[in-house]
Amino acid sequence: MIVLLGVVVVILGFVTRRNPVLVVGVAGVFTGLIGGMDPLEVLAAFGRSFADSRSVTVFAVALPVIGLLERYGLREQARRLIGRLTGLSTGRFLTVYLLVRQVTAALGLTSICGPAQTVRPLVAPMAEAAAERTTGAQLPDRLREKVRSYAASADTVGLFFGEDCFIAIGSILLITGFVNSTYHQNLEPTQLAVWAIPLAVCAFLVHGARLLLLDRQLERQMALAHAEHDVPLPKGTDK
Amino acid sequence: MIKVEWLYWLVGLVFVVMAVQMAADRSNPRRWTSAAFWGLLGLTFPYGTGVANATAHNGGWTLPAEPLGLAVLALIVLAGFNFLGKGEPVTSTAQEREASATRLGSRIFVPALTIPLVAIVCASVLDTSGLFETGKATLIGLGVGCLAALVVGMLVTGERRLSVPLHSGRSMLEAMGSALLLPQLLAVLGSIFALAGVGTQVGRIVHGILPDNSTYLAVVAYCVGMFLFTVIMGNAFAAFPVMTAAIGWPVLIEQMHGNEAAVLAIGMLAGFAGTLCTPMAANFNIVPATLLELKDQYGPIKAQLPTALPLLVCATVIMALFAF
Repeated sequence: MIVLLGVVVVILGFVTRRNPVLVVGVAGVFTGLIGGMDPLEVLAAFGRSFADSRSVTVFAVALPVIGLLERYGLREQARRLIGRLTGLSTGRFLTVYLLVRQVTAALGLTSICGPAQTVRPLVAPMAEAAAERTTGAQLPDRLREKVRSYAASADTVGLFFGEDCFIAIGSILLITGFVNSTYHQNLEPTQLAVWAIPLAVCAFLVHGARLLLLDRQLERQMALAHAEHDVPLPKGTDK
Repeated sequence: MIKVEWLYWLVGLVFVVMAVQMAADRSNPRRWTSAAFWGLLGLTFPYGTGVANATAHNGGWTLPAEPLGLAVLALIVLAGFNFLGKGEPVTSTAQEREASATRLGSRIFVPALTIPLVAIVCASVLDTSGLFETGKATLIGLGVGCLAALVVGMLVTGERRLSVPLHSGRSMLEAMGSALLLPQLLAVLGSIFALAGVGTQVGRIVHGILPDNSTYLAVVAYCVGMFLFTVIMGNAFAAFPVMTAAIGWPVLIEQMHGNEAAVLAIGMLAGFAGTLCTPMAANFNIVPATLLELKDQYGPIKAQLPTALPLLVCATVIMALFAF
């Protein structure tokens, strides 16, 4: 039972926001020692499993290509293509962006979009502009926040439920690396990536539907906000 | 026959070359320790060949595992106590990038799409050709795809200097820092958990709680466990080895004969649904709120929560229906 303290170390380390690499190292050494290994055996265990899980880090070979392409305007071109999606309502625009994010992540292009790359400079302003165009009025702060939050959510949901369809992503390689070295299996990344597709479809349907519903919510709340402004408030009351 | 070890040597070489660049980069305040980290990581890849040979008893040359374990602890110390630094990123100006995007248009996507395309061709069409080591076609295909994409990329952009992609890649490496190594270290932690008997212990507890042979309850325990552990720790990667060593492998796969790929891939995604709802995953949920100048830093989480919960249900149902 005492080896379960190793799990407690991991949880405490992550919850208290210690450096994750350090948490993992400390938890590994600690679990090995209380599990009855002597220090040399712990070192050997670290070495052996590190050698067997080298496949987890091979995605680093893609960095020079992606770096080269970014230097030659990969992100700029992605931004231009997204910028052409004018004339859509807020919900429809964000649904299209969700799809773009999922498909590009599934092809391994996880870094061409993102909160800093596309959401702040492009997606959030375009979503806000679309809302103001369809309702014909300035967005109150509360609704502006809501539109921006939904823009961020389209990006994050799209990334999470797109990237696992790509074989060379950290999470897929972590699964194969861990299972193949620990349980002596021969699992291939493609087998896992295929099983990520059904949930990618679910994510698009669920979040896409919610993004489309955002249009109606915005209309209703804009109407409410207008009504509030039109009715004069009694004197001496705080709004 | 192309062996997967060749790919590992290539990865090691990339890290060592970038480490040499870092050592020469005076704009990086921690250039020596950064170079030591990435250089040492690079050397673990060819050294690991000998250790893996010894574990697999395949008759190849062997090396002892203990020195590699020591090297891993050294990497953990260098990354864990913030010895990694960044240099000035070597890149183009915003105007140059805009001009190049105008010149190249969507052709810039061609090299990027080469990677998955080549990898898929290797994993499917060429898998049975005997060209690649058995069972490693996808990984090798990834390496071949990256090399092919580099060639295509240099042709499309008209770049002739090989130092340019290496410098740009190094800047990305510096930006990612120790986060790049975390998945591999978590795989190591999972192995140590399994060796020390964590899985057996949790399995015993789970066995005491779950009614015998109830596949559905075990699936719910694994998916909800991945979800909750991720919410608490803010990292699905960290939750994965714990939950898999405890329930995923011993109960769902060994005892109930679930499809390995389906159980593990969907389990990880149940964790991702957890990442959508937790402020602990600050880089995904809090940083965007700051970037978008939101007053409510939980705005993105509130927008994601009603999606995350149905997705957890979807994950559980898909696993229960299709993995057994």
